[in-house]
Amino acid sequence: MSARLLVAMLVAPARCAALSARQWTALLTAARAERLLGTLAARLEGLAVPADVAPILADARLDAARERLQALWEVDRAVAALAAIGCAPILLKGSAFVAAGLLAGQGRAIGDLDILVPRDRLDAVEAALLGAGWEWVKPDPYDDAYYRRWMHELPPLIHAERDRMIDVHHTILPLTARRRPDAAAMIADAVPLGNGAAVPRIDDMLCHAAAHLLADGDMAGGLRNLWDIHCLIVEHGAAADFWPALAARAERHQLAEPVRRAVRLAHRLFGTEVPEAWRAGGAADGLFMARLLCRDDWGRETRPLLRLGFYLRSHGLRMPPLMLARHLWTKWRRGYRPMG
Amino acid sequence: MRHEIGLAIGPATFRVGSAWRGPIMQLRALYADYPAVDLDRQVPDFTVRLQPTRPWRRFVRPSIFIAGDHWLAEAAPMALGHGLLAAEMGMNLQMALGWRRHLLLHAASVERDGRAIILTGESGSGKSTLAAQLGERGWRLMGDEFALLDLESGLAHPFPRLVSLKNAAIAVATAGLPPARLGPRLAGTAKGTIRHLVPAPDAIARMREPAMPALLLFPRFGPPLDRRPVDPGEAFVRLTQASTNYIALGEAAFRALAQVVTHVPALALDYPDGEAAIAAIEALWSECP
Repeated sequence: MSARLLVAMLVAPARCAALSARQWTALLTAARAERLLGTLAARLEGLAVPADVAPILADARLDAARERLQALWEVDRAVAALAAIGCAPILLKGSAFVAAGLLAGQGRAIGDLDILVPRDRLDAVEAALLGAGWEWVKPDPYDDAYYRRWMHELPPLIHAERDRMIDVHHTILPLTARRRPDAAAMIADAVPLGNGAAVPRIDDMLCHAAAHLLADGDMAGGLRNLWDIHCLIVEHGAAADFWPALAARAERHQLAEPVRRAVRLAHRLFGTEVPEAWRAGGAADGLFMARLLCRDDWGRETRPLLRLGFYLRSHGLRMPPLMLARHLWTKWRRGYRPMG
Repeated sequence: MRHEIGLAIGPATFRVGSAWRGPIMQLRALYADYPAVDLDRQVPDFTVRLQPTRPWRRFVRPSIFIAGDHWLAEAAPMALGHGLLAAEMGMNLQMALGWRRHLLLHAASVERDGRAIILTGESGSGKSTLAAQLGERGWRLMGDEFALLDLESGLAHPFPRLVSLKNAAIAVATAGLPPARLGPRLAGTAKGTIRHLVPAPDAIARMREPAMPALLLFPRFGPPLDRRPVDPGEAFVRLTQASTNYIALGEAAFRALAQVVTHVPALALDYPDGEAAIAAIEALWSECP
């Protein structure tokens, strides 16, 4: 179970001094597979590591620095493209963490640029991005129509010259999901960064991370989301009024349950300091922890049945049964096969 | 995984795991003369996994999916009989997508007197075959697939993996070589018939010895013999296209590549057959400053 080793080293990096070569190999492989190698390298910075491990970590730091730079450049480009229509994008996930200089951004792998804009500006935003060099990726008309009708984001756009993807969100969960986060409040209360972009409030970031981890998707790669949540709490959890504000905000976004579970999971896996009242409950937490730790010494995902269970759960979260049946039937006919 | 081996090729180390014994046995035999990597004491740079496409495909019509630290979701499954090729492709993929310590060029390279020729071109340009032939005729083979340029010094570091010979090139490049240096004949791969060649002993013994690039060649197999100089600007663009980590390394890669194209003469070489190419290369080498 090298995911557990990864968790242990992220929490207490100094304990790496006791690792054998085999354990180091397992640790680095699991960290790569969970896209946490850059984060691990940042955590291990300054500690003595074996001679054959040091260059691997140095490479990871180089990659993280480049991804950070690229992410900030994509932010800059998106801001420039949207300035013409007077829209200040709200950055989400990794881009928000690095742009706001948060602990969660240290060493973090960042793929796409995720932004949030008001739903009534979507058409203008789409036109502005297309005019500035972004293009559609999804050629499939069913997928395109599906995105536009049911998803919380536009179909992904990719920049023709820079080959980087942008996801334009108008809310943080699919419209088919039971929970309806209050995107308007998230946008109204966003914090401007002074560069033409803004980021959500810290508690909104946490709500979004929890929604992403627990209310959408099958939790593959979820350890990284949970580490984001841990970092947000480490950095801001001690602020006066943080916890009551978080509770109120989670309630407002209809995310009370996922946020509470995410906080408990962070506490149980990473030892995040959280108030006593937030630790109670969670009969099923063990299953979620097991799902987050499905990674062996070779970087393979283990426990196929448990993963299948969470995969099915993710579809149940995303849409009502009849709609799901119709959607899966259409995708199947088009040759899509899940799980491998 | 059930079977594993540690391998060192040039500056890189690998852990290759396999659900089947066969591919690991073949690697063990063909890499026998390479420095050993003891996975109980060393931490390899990369992990490669040869795993069944589905659990039951370990036994029923065995089918290999190439995975590891870096992998392509769309990679086609391979037959177990092509397991050696799958392992080689897996290691290439780690280098192409993950190597950061040098500027990686998709190029063959050979060395003489401490100076190197870098041969780069599209798949089918004949660089593997030329490198293999030169490696048996007074040159040290540094690699048939990747040349690794030091970002500071500009030195080329070897990556002498098994040479991958295809189709008609197999007979040409292996004539007269002992069978012990040849891998199994792999017929019916996506690129036709493939056979692996163990590099000459000096290529392996000196695999950590770099050399300064002295000549850049862009070979093209097929047309009548012809050579023309390639100006630094064109050479620069061609080399960025031949590199898989040029973007990832950023400014350091730009500076290293600019150094190479300003200091190393570059030529395009068209050739109808290996003998003509080798004669032309020897002639070019004798003119080299």
